[in-house]
Amino acid sequence: MEFRRHTLPNGLEVVAECNPAAYSTAVGFFVKTGSRDESDQIAGVSHFLEHMAFKGTAKRTADDVNRHFDEMGAHYNAFTNEEATVYYAAVLPEKQEAAVELLSDILRPALRRDDFDTEKQVILEEIHMYEDQPPFGADDKCKAAYYGPHPLGRSVLGTVESISRLSVEAMREYFQSRYGAANIALVGAGQIDFATLVDSAQRFCGHWEPARAQRIVESPDPRQGFQVIHKPAATQQYAVWMAAGPSATDPDRYAAKVLAAILGDDTGSRLFWELVDPGLAEHAGLHHYEYDGAGLMVTTLSCEPEQVEGNLQRILDVYRAAQRHGVTDGELAQAKHKVGSRVVLASERPRNRLFTVGSDWVQRHTYRSVRDDLDAVAAISLDEVDQVLQRWPPSHGMTVTIGPRDQVKPPA
Amino acid sequence: MSEAIHCESLSNGLVLVAEPMGWLESAAFTLLVPAGCVYDPAERSGLANFTCEMSLRGAGRRDSRRFVEDLDNLGVERSESVSDAHVRYSGATVSANLPAALGIFADVVRRPHLPPEQLEAARQVMFQELRAVEDEPAQKVMIELRRRHYPDPWGRPSQGARQAIELITAEEIREFFGRRFRPNGTIVGVAGRFDWPRLRDLVGELFGDWPSGDESPVEESPPQRGSTHVAYDSNQTQIGVAYDSVPYRHPDYFPAWGAVGVLSGGMSARLFTEVRERRGLCYSVYATYHTLRHRGGVFCYAGTTADRAQETLEVLLGELVRLGQGVQTHELDRLKARIKSALIMQQESSAARSSAVARDWYHLGRVRSVEELGRLVDQLTCERINAYLAEHPPQDFTIVTLGPHALEVPRGVS
Repeated sequence: MEFRRHTLPNGLEVVAECNPAAYSTAVGFFVKTGSRDESDQIAGVSHFLEHMAFKGTAKRTADDVNRHFDEMGAHYNAFTNEEATVYYAAVLPEKQEAAVELLSDILRPALRRDDFDTEKQVILEEIHMYEDQPPFGADDKCKAAYYGPHPLGRSVLGTVESISRLSVEAMREYFQSRYGAANIALVGAGQIDFATLVDSAQRFCGHWEPARAQRIVESPDPRQGFQVIHKPAATQQYAVWMAAGPSATDPDRYAAKVLAAILGDDTGSRLFWELVDPGLAEHAGLHHYEYDGAGLMVTTLSCEPEQVEGNLQRILDVYRAAQRHGVTDGELAQAKHKVGSRVVLASERPRNRLFTVGSDWVQRHTYRSVRDDLDAVAAISLDEVDQVLQRWPPSHGMTVTIGPRDQVKPPA
Repeated sequence: MSEAIHCESLSNGLVLVAEPMGWLESAAFTLLVPAGCVYDPAERSGLANFTCEMSLRGAGRRDSRRFVEDLDNLGVERSESVSDAHVRYSGATVSANLPAALGIFADVVRRPHLPPEQLEAARQVMFQELRAVEDEPAQKVMIELRRRHYPDPWGRPSQGARQAIELITAEEIREFFGRRFRPNGTIVGVAGRFDWPRLRDLVGELFGDWPSGDESPVEESPPQRGSTHVAYDSNQTQIGVAYDSVPYRHPDYFPAWGAVGVLSGGMSARLFTEVRERRGLCYSVYATYHTLRHRGGVFCYAGTTADRAQETLEVLLGELVRLGQGVQTHELDRLKARIKSALIMQQESSAARSSAVARDWYHLGRVRSVEELGRLVDQLTCERINAYLAEHPPQDFTIVTLGPHALEVPRGVS
């Protein structure tokens, strides 16, 4: 396992974790742009643009793009979040160069008006689909209420209104400002031939304009509160609860992940024993999310509508007890075993390593091996977990609940 | 590439199949117990699922808390589910912890406490599962489609019905466990890094003295089929369409499966191209092949805004009918390329292979190695697929829609 890096003259970075023993190769372009880099006027453009990349280039139609990926037997897709847009393909090693050629071609999409109009319908369908699925938009609404006007409060998908009025011209302008070579990393994992990777990058991306894009990172000013959204057609009641957590560069972030596993993992956590095992809730969990200059501890709950108050109170009590008395040695050891094993299992697939290596690079400009991550988890002490509980109490924050209840009393 | 696949049949009928993958750090198991929801008594639907839930609440010398703690400490990523034929327990962890994990699950299937004092908590978990499905329209439509397409009890959902779950007693759970949890028909699939002689001996120790049970045949009653609409308050209308196929064990499986691959698979497949890419009618559309032991089906899905649902249904059905006219070489070539790399990438997941070897044993009584699958896919030709399609064109559709308005089923296709 060897980490390699290279920077093209136009600023595009090429990084790879090369594993000669791997069966497959994963490559991806990580573009450092997402919903936090938009304005309200063009909310959702990053994600819509990600779809448009598959709709054709100067030399390929939309059909060609999908056909060429399928012809090389690629496992491929793309996704967009608050801070990055990622295009990736997992292929057999002999297809490495072809995959990089095709991915780099779609990173210079034609953005044709007709395709834009057709794809707009697909995006609107995607928005409607999520509105029909739990938690019925409560996650986006909670983020908006928690972050207020801060850019992290914006929905990745945008809204029906912002997407409907978005023009292809506005998308082209956004593309010009955000897809410069210096804002993009080409990442590889698995059986990578690094010399060829650099050569491909030079040939296919060397002519891209360098244009470095800026991101203004302002500290968020999070709000606390409790909101109830009435949705009579829902069967269950859902709640999303956001509190501040360590950011992507905060050394507390490993302890925060272990803490989330102790308090709110799917099995064996405090929330599991208090709410899920006794059948009081269908689901109750705590997760840590990290961004540039901000982080979130997110609690999610789904349960029978009549039980929502009792369950929110139980969650708050679990958090308060942890903040007051800390967690035990046994719990810490159990969470470390669980998190460590997940790291090992996930790392067996190059496409999983691609996402880990790529986000380490675009978020922190560092490389960390599987061993580094395992060591970091193993080194966490009870004191560090306690410190995270004091610094980032999951009990303080913004809650949005949605479901058949038109009124819900907040926990005390 | 993969080495020889090991197999060991115990005298009580339990079968261990194991595929060594010495290049991995991990090992995974899939334990199939012949206690699926087809064995639920008619007025006790959900009994298998309830029994599975209860089996996790303490077994052998562990109470339910110790059970979860020990598995967490062994780093076992696990899941349990109930299918038509089986209760399925699966887990993956670092190789050294596989024997201990198998020991814990031997207790689960042989010595569960089924603690009466936890019956009500488990019953609530069953209700939670049922309510969760009510809020998932895409899942709900496919559950209803399967129920209507396959003969009962093969199409029934494992979650059961609320009225039945309300009535289930601790005694009925113990009785179901005693009748259906037995070694004959149980399959232990293992894949990853392990030492075969030690694994074989361990499984012999854990399961060798488990007494066999009696066979009980499943009685079928014919499905309702036809088309139906379920009223549901949502933005989108969910569309489900099913038609018959052959089971996995059938000599025509590969051509039947290949035809579905042309319809749906990569993004250049027909449904994605015609319904989403050309017309922008939906975000999600697919067709998937499903097999029972003795019959197979193709299940198609599309979800779209109510006012475009009629057009979506017509385009979807049009593509299914067009498939009957045959597939082309370039479509099959793409399918082969995708499958070739998917098979190689399976070698990177012990969990995927443990599930595949257990499933193969259930359907075929043997295991197809990755190499054999590669050869069978290579041998597939357009002529074979088209001959199959000429004989079995997609037709006699079962259609379920779910949403604010009913749709009209075009004449002559159903």
